[in-house]
Amino acid sequence: MNKNLSWFNVTSLALGFAFLYIPILLLVIYSFNASRLVTVWAGFSFQWYVSLFQNEQLIDAAWVTLRVAFISSLVATVLGTMAALALTRYGRFFGRTLFSGMTYAPLVMPEVITGLSLLLLFVAVGFERGFWTITLAHITFTLCFVAVVVQSRLVTFDRSLEEAALDLGCPPFKTFFTITLPLILPAVLSGFMLAFTLSLDDLVIASFTTGPGATTLPMRIYSQVRLGVTPEINAACSILIGVVTVAVIIASIATKRAEKLRASEERAAARG
Amino acid sequence: MPMAGEKGSGRLIVIAIPYLWLLALFLVPFLIVVKISVSQDILASPPYTPLLDLSQGWAGLKDYVSQLSFDNYFYVLSFDNEFIGAYGSSLVIASISTVLLLLVGYPIAYAMARAPRSIQPTLLMLVILPFWTSFLIRVYAWIGILSQEGLLNQALLALGVIDTPLEILNTDLAVYIGIVYSYLPFMVLPLYSALEKLDPTLLEAAEDLGCPSARAFWLITFPLSLPGVAAGALLCFIPAVGEFVIPDLLGGSDTMMIGKSLWTEFTVNRSWTSSSAVAVLLLLLLVVPIVIYQNIQARQLEAGK
Repeated sequence: MNKNLSWFNVTSLALGFAFLYIPILLLVIYSFNASRLVTVWAGFSFQWYVSLFQNEQLIDAAWVTLRVAFISSLVATVLGTMAALALTRYGRFFGRTLFSGMTYAPLVMPEVITGLSLLLLFVAVGFERGFWTITLAHITFTLCFVAVVVQSRLVTFDRSLEEAALDLGCPPFKTFFTITLPLILPAVLSGFMLAFTLSLDDLVIASFTTGPGATTLPMRIYSQVRLGVTPEINAACSILIGVVTVAVIIASIATKRAEKLRASEERAAARG
Repeated sequence: MPMAGEKGSGRLIVIAIPYLWLLALFLVPFLIVVKISVSQDILASPPYTPLLDLSQGWAGLKDYVSQLSFDNYFYVLSFDNEFIGAYGSSLVIASISTVLLLLVGYPIAYAMARAPRSIQPTLLMLVILPFWTSFLIRVYAWIGILSQEGLLNQALLALGVIDTPLEILNTDLAVYIGIVYSYLPFMVLPLYSALEKLDPTLLEAAEDLGCPSARAFWLITFPLSLPGVAAGALLCFIPAVGEFVIPDLLGGSDTMMIGKSLWTEFTVNRSWTSSSAVAVLLLLLLVVPIVIYQNIQARQLEAGK
């Protein structure tokens, strides 16, 4: 569908994007507010950023969060890619319906249920709660997102290259790493990024599965937000927004370049 | 279908590892929730009766079954406490939010699909970008806007639209705003991907045959976008029913949602057995929409086969 935009289309786009972006913009602007009252503008100031970097609790929490996010998204990417391969490449196997159900259900599962059930599991097996239980929980719910992203790439994938390699006697394991993986790499990377941000973001599941000593940034922010809005939280949020925005823009530019490169290589290969 | 590891150990490993992981950390935890929901609270730690003791064989199992108690379900479903009301109002809030999301999201997705091909990837990225920033931050941003002395009230007072500040924060209205804002990308993306696939020659044919464009929209565009509508609606409705953060931060003390009740039952009342019963009942409520959603998802993903 591709026709000229009517005034109605332009208005809905403008209003839609205003609705999406104005709250975030206001949040960032007021992080530079000199006043302690968040909603009264009293001049420009960096003071909340300075006090943020002196807040050791927040910095500790940020480190815990980053470590959990990094480990869990790495493992989730491997497991999610395997799940996607199993669902797209291996036809029927015993319990496939259950397996695909378990892969899609966590995408829409209310977080309170996932969190509570994992906590009860950790208690039942006597696992000490803390950093590693949060990490295990995050691997479990993010691997499903990775699986869906990778799967959508695998189903639109030209199998003839793999088949050619196998016909020429390349072992399956090697075929995967030299042919399949490079071709699905953009999807695997975006799955990794999705898993990473979901883990950074999670409050509910982490709150259920944590133990003493492991407090993540969202948990810290949440407990401060409940006490009221402070410019320091605005500053912390603005930094997070900045980091994520830059990362997403870099990633999308990199994927575009990779796609262009691949397209030109394919053209060159077609010319012989 | 020849493929790496079609036969042999490679195939087995690729299937078995994620399978076992999901069994151990997704399915088994649910069974434990179900099990604890029919146990009884005891005061010592851990705060429920011990797990099934299989070492005693059949007698142990019989003994266990005779101890099962549905007291937690009777407790949750009794009219003396707030849970039934919370289930009801969660369904109502999630349904109204889904309709609002459709009303807000459809025009955006429609305009995106009609935009020139060259700018569509940029528009798509602009819709996805807010989703990458923290959910908590996006909800938090609205507190500063909606509060009594917040930016919205300041703007409306300055413009002379209102004389006294409106009370929006801590009401159901704030919860609707929060849900629509947070879930908008989940609604727009499936709608866009359905609308974008639409064949423009269908609309041209309708136009050539003298069909007014508004009628053509209802006769052609909208019916063909229904799979997107269904996917978007379920993708928003299901998590919205169990939403915790939005009603907790934006809603008032009288905003009841089951996710919040479960959290309170667990963290404040510290009753593991009755919060498990709340979770099981919430899941039962969502089984039908989740199964429909899974089928749509599986069909879409496997369509390329």
